[in-house]
Amino acid sequence: MIDLTLLADGGIGWIDASGPASALVLSTRIRLARNLAGWPFATRNSSADREGIADAVSQAVAGTDALGRAATFRLDRLDVRDRRLLHERHLVSKELAGLGGDPVPVGAALLVQDRVGAMVNEEDHLRLQGVVSGFALEAAYAEVDRLDSELGQRLAFAFHPEFGYLSACPTNVGTGLRASVLIHLPGLVLTKEISKVLQGLAQVGLAVRGLYGEGSEVVGNFFQLSNQTTLGKSERDLLDHLGKMVREVMTYEEEARAVLLRDARAVIEDKVWRAYGLLRHARALSYEEAMNLLSGVRLGVGLQVIPGVGFYALNKMLVHTQPAHLAAAHGVALDDPSLAVRRSEFVRTLLEDEGRRAG
Amino acid sequence: MICQQCEEREAVVLLKKVEGGDVRVLHLCEKCAAERGVPESEESAKTPLGAFLAAMGTDTTADSPLSSGAALAECPGCGATLQDFRRTGRLGCATCWTTFEGPLRGLTRRVHGATRHVGEFYVRPGAEPPDQAAQARRMREQLSAAVAEENFERAAELRDRLRALE
Repeated sequence: MIDLTLLADGGIGWIDASGPASALVLSTRIRLARNLAGWPFATRNSSADREGIADAVSQAVAGTDALGRAATFRLDRLDVRDRRLLHERHLVSKELAGLGGDPVPVGAALLVQDRVGAMVNEEDHLRLQGVVSGFALEAAYAEVDRLDSELGQRLAFAFHPEFGYLSACPTNVGTGLRASVLIHLPGLVLTKEISKVLQGLAQVGLAVRGLYGEGSEVVGNFFQLSNQTTLGKSERDLLDHLGKMVREVMTYEEEARAVLLRDARAVIEDKVWRAYGLLRHARALSYEEAMNLLSGVRLGVGLQVIPGVGFYALNKMLVHTQPAHLAAAHGVALDDPSLAVRRSEFVRTLLEDEGRRAG
Repeated sequence: MICQQCEEREAVVLLKKVEGGDVRVLHLCEKCAAERGVPESEESAKTPLGAFLAAMGTDTTADSPLSSGAALAECPGCGATLQDFRRTGRLGCATCWTTFEGPLRGLTRRVHGATRHVGEFYVRPGAEPPDQAAQARRMREQLSAAVAEENFERAAELRDRLRALE
């Protein structure tokens, strides 16, 4: 079992909801794809190459400010529950965790310290990431840019004067930058405006994904909005464009919520309070059900219909009710039949504490 | 299977809906799924690359990458061919980007709407900052090649970059 106490804040500092616009935006995440010059890319390298890359990276990070104190996890030496737990924390991709159908890649590693992390031996040799609470593209970029600069002085990255940072897949070439904003849009879903908004975003070059990124389902009305292209625009321009679009989506969401309160106040109040009632009193909750109810309560808190529940508590419930988190906390297997009961206990206790705190 | 909402179009999306403690499964068409907030499928989001990769095997027109010399080439860095790229969608090494420069330029134009990196310029540890004269010389060679190939779009781009550099 992995020792997550190695991580100062468990690698999920963003859950404290301290960032800007935390009611709507859970986290802002920016990743940079980098490859090391002189080593073949993932599809054509050997196990020895991959071990060599992992060694080169761990030597390079020693002494850096950004990752010098990093906790290191070798995914290829962890069991499935721990790999899933790191995936549930958005610290590793499905592929690196060996959860996408293929086994864990040889040499797959995660380094994480505070708000930055590095995936090693993913599709690219390095996927550097910075994650911060709320809607804060500049702050997230500052984090990952610092890491990138430090590593780029210690390792030779594959770079081409015309194509920029070289990636295994042409969709990531150039800046290698993918910024994503995890946003909660229940108002747009309830008013059925969401499809128009999503189509609009696709037209302006943004990608929309589910809670866990590429190929994942939309659960609990959480959407990941990110830039689609990485080449031909500077890092700043990519972030500015995404930022502008996210601000627009936030405005639409706020308008949708105002419409709901104006035209259907009783229905909405009933809906969010029912969600609260179930979370507060249910004795067994499936993951899907908990996510949907949490979405309802989050909306109720955002609309100031439900008092006395903080976004930090809501984020904690979102993270810690995931299957691997519950299973690890209780030392049981991922498919343990008690998880639904334990999930309801966790949520109930947290909501009770919140109630007491609010007095 | 027919979409359970409109009962008209073919269902292509499986939506799991949670009502109370029950998980209900809905088969929906792309349009009805979008109305319920399901983003478009991954395939359609990746169309530029998917379509390009597919075309690389079938297209035999003059500007198809397979009819150019690059199609037969093997990357000196890793031994990968364009066929390998078509199969996996991934390049084998950094040198592939030079070996298959031409086809990749066409691909990046379609995927990103651009062929040139304009972001941060990376200088390797210990390396000299880029030598402008050498860069200009290389660009002039590329410009002549582009003109010879009657690739005027590329030539115009190179001319603009040369002007900016000089």
